[in-house]
Amino acid sequence: MLRYALKRALSLAISLIVASVVIFLVIEVAPGDPASFMLGVNARPDTVAALRSELGLDVSKFERYINWITGMARGDFGTSYAYRSPVRDMIAERMWVSLPLAFYALTLSTLIAFPAGIYAASRRGGAGDTAVMAATQLGVAIPNFWFAMISVLIFAINLRWFSAGGFPGWDKGLWTGMKALTLPAVALALPQAAILARVMRSSLLDMLGEDFIRTARAKGLTRRQTLWRHALRNALIPVLTIIGLQFSFLLAGAIIIEQVFFLPGLGRLVFQSISARDLIVVESVVMLLVFAVITVNFIVDLAYAAVDPRLRART
Amino acid sequence: MSRNLTLGIALTSVFVLAAFVSFVFTPYNIEQLDIPAKLQPPSAQHWFGTDHFGRDILSMIMVGARTSIAVALLAVGIGMGLGIPLGLGAAALRGGWLDEVIMRGNDLVFAFPSLVIAILITAVFGAGAVNAIIAIGVFNIPVFARLTRGAALGLWSRDFVLAARVAGKSRARISLEHILPNIANLMIVQGTIQFSLGILAEAGLSYVGLGAQPPIPSWGRMLADAQTLVSIAPHLALFPGMAIILTVLGLNLMGDGLRDWLDPRLRILRT
Repeated sequence: MLRYALKRALSLAISLIVASVVIFLVIEVAPGDPASFMLGVNARPDTVAALRSELGLDVSKFERYINWITGMARGDFGTSYAYRSPVRDMIAERMWVSLPLAFYALTLSTLIAFPAGIYAASRRGGAGDTAVMAATQLGVAIPNFWFAMISVLIFAINLRWFSAGGFPGWDKGLWTGMKALTLPAVALALPQAAILARVMRSSLLDMLGEDFIRTARAKGLTRRQTLWRHALRNALIPVLTIIGLQFSFLLAGAIIIEQVFFLPGLGRLVFQSISARDLIVVESVVMLLVFAVITVNFIVDLAYAAVDPRLRART
Repeated sequence: MSRNLTLGIALTSVFVLAAFVSFVFTPYNIEQLDIPAKLQPPSAQHWFGTDHFGRDILSMIMVGARTSIAVALLAVGIGMGLGIPLGLGAAALRGGWLDEVIMRGNDLVFAFPSLVIAILITAVFGAGAVNAIIAIGVFNIPVFARLTRGAALGLWSRDFVLAARVAGKSRARISLEHILPNIANLMIVQGTIQFSLGILAEAGLSYVGLGAQPPIPSWGRMLADAQTLVSIAPHLALFPGMAIILTVLGLNLMGDGLRDWLDPRLRILRT
């Protein structure tokens, strides 16, 4: 297991380095000099040069990459070109919206998908199964931002149960914060729940066809007992993998949902930074998202290998 | 043909047809503004109502179908055009350094969700339909590369491939003449699924302003425009949304149906 973990860790490190180089190079291609952009067209060349030096732009590309990446590793993400404040603080502030939103959505998705998938598998071919499968087909096809708009119309504007957008902040209390994130989290969770329910169903059906299930039934366990005691536990392995992968989808998907609900999260920060050409912020947020995706995949791989020894042997 | 496949083909055909018909006919000219007729609910004159400029929503959905279909189709084209050769190459040179490079490259692209790729591209080159195509297309490459490699690896150990090797055919020729035809069905099914994901991704990108730019109509943009008016004119959001849902649903049903229909093992089970 240790060898496998080390091998995966090495691959993780390489992926992170290559991803950071790609992101840095893409941003480097961007036309226009941030210092000139900040100071406007009428700025004197020496003022631009002074600002370039202040922002650390007057050194070679390679040095800039090294400074950026070592800075990120230390938690220093540089200074925003547009706001002149540390990027780290800007991201940290927005994280308090985006991360809870992603976790909230992940919890909801799991809470919806598990019962739905188990129910469908236990009634394979029946009306209940067909209904769940039809609902999941629809769930996958509905764009989450459209669902968000419609839920705002129904639950915020007509019924007035929730606010239509914005985030009051966690200092107003946990309940107020959670309430503001509920509609966004539901919208974000819906398509993921549909996918997860399908995975849960098919994984459980695969298990129910296995020999050890037949043995369990032969020794006198009821269908229900076999399902809960034997099949479900084994069927959870692929489902957990998907849950891990979904976290990164949710974090990226939140970028759009935050726009619908005017939530001050990472997504809005990215869009504001794009329009202000504050590329250092874009660069850092993208790197952070990619870091999250790669790291979560790494953890999922390790968890998977921990429960399934065959996987360790194969690689 | 199964019920799913029939329904899927029917739904998809409606939207493909709408896109084609829109080149020669739309109920109203979408470039003509008619402010006095703005925000009208569905009626006999305007089946899906009108938007805040008085434009006919049905006509806009028909023209918008072009954008969605074109972006998604080209993105699938990029994914297939680059992903399949890469996957074939990786399988043909299994275990070699090229296989390793291709697969690690794939992992890397997977680490960038398509939205993040789109953000990067637009941050640098600006928003637009072409950049949306590139962003979605880049994300499709590893999907096809992995699938191709996986399917091709299974075929490389089969007798007919061994026979071709004994006959002296090169790896490239075997890949083209023997492997590719055998994985074509799988690619068609995956193509359909990626096409539907492409429609969703295009809508999402256009919604946040990273996709097609005005005056090119697109379903995502129509929804973005509808957002502030949804409380007084819900039909603005309802119809473009339904267009996206029905198209994606149709393509997904078609993909599922095609998979069952093209898989000979499942066909034997049915007969």
